[in-house]
Amino acid sequence: MKQNLYNYILGIADNSLMLGQRLGELTGHGPSLETDIACTNISLDLFGQVRSYFQYAAKIAGDERTEDDIAMLRKERDYKNVLLVEQPNTNFAYTLGRQFLFDVYHLAFLKELQKSADLTLSAIANKCIKEVSYHERFSSDWVKRLGDGTEESKAKMQEAINDLWTYTDELFHQTEADKAMVEEGIGVDVTKLKEAYYKNVSDLLLESILEVPESKYFQKGGKQGIHTEHLGYLLSDLQYMQRTYPNMEW
Amino acid sequence: MSTKNWPLWEVFVRSKNGLEHRHCGSLHAADEDMALENARDVYTRRSEGVSIWVVESKHITASNPENNGEMFEPAQDKVYRHPTFYDLPDEVKHM
Repeated sequence: MKQNLYNYILGIADNSLMLGQRLGELTGHGPSLETDIACTNISLDLFGQVRSYFQYAAKIAGDERTEDDIAMLRKERDYKNVLLVEQPNTNFAYTLGRQFLFDVYHLAFLKELQKSADLTLSAIANKCIKEVSYHERFSSDWVKRLGDGTEESKAKMQEAINDLWTYTDELFHQTEADKAMVEEGIGVDVTKLKEAYYKNVSDLLLESILEVPESKYFQKGGKQGIHTEHLGYLLSDLQYMQRTYPNMEW
Repeated sequence: MSTKNWPLWEVFVRSKNGLEHRHCGSLHAADEDMALENARDVYTRRSEGVSIWVVESKHITASNPENNGEMFEPAQDKVYRHPTFYDLPDEVKHM
């Protein structure tokens, strides 16, 4: 089995899985009917992407594991998503701030993944990029609206960006699987995305009359499976059905 | 927190095979950009359309149902206004 490729795919897919789950939590609880459906749509886009990745991962694993097993039955330490995407929906500004900080990265990442020497990965990237372009447009619009909105919306948006900023640097850390895949022309060298990322994000924050956080203290660990306390609670929701009724289908 | 509602917008969607935009519902949004995005998310998520128009509901002038008598009933007994009184030559097809 190609262990590096397998781990690499999981690293990509787990980000979409956790973010999709977070947005899915808003189903029926969004601030308005329209934004509720918008967040649920994005969630469904992400779960669709996750399925493509995990189906491919299951094929590479080549044993009895299915896409569902990979998605639902791992332990907390075996999930390799970045810390950013597991952060809770504290309020709408956090939800959209988290989305924005991830979308800018996600879009740049997929653009590069389209050039992957692995044809399945480049095909998945090709399919996802339209969806993610819309996500980025949606979340940027909302950051602008809230930042350049009322005094209250601005304060909440700024607070969310300030709090989430500490999780951004990890997006550009490389795992062993990353390095091996970059070497083979399959993976994206995320370190090269960093400069443009911070420029794009900063430009939009300034346009939104928000301040760009200056903190240089960054959290990391998600890519190694060391998560914030929030992931355990998220997983207990996500995995409940499969753990309680193993192999259930509907 | 502000409890003021966003204004109401009417949504018109043109389907892939349709020639015209059809009214498909309404939604709330703060401005036209948000109205378009909301319409996309609420009304075209099952690929119902290829084009969207939104118009703020307050810009629509509607007839008053109380005036239906004078507005619409006079047309009811004027069947000669339907083009059904012509003899069509056999050569004319697809009419």
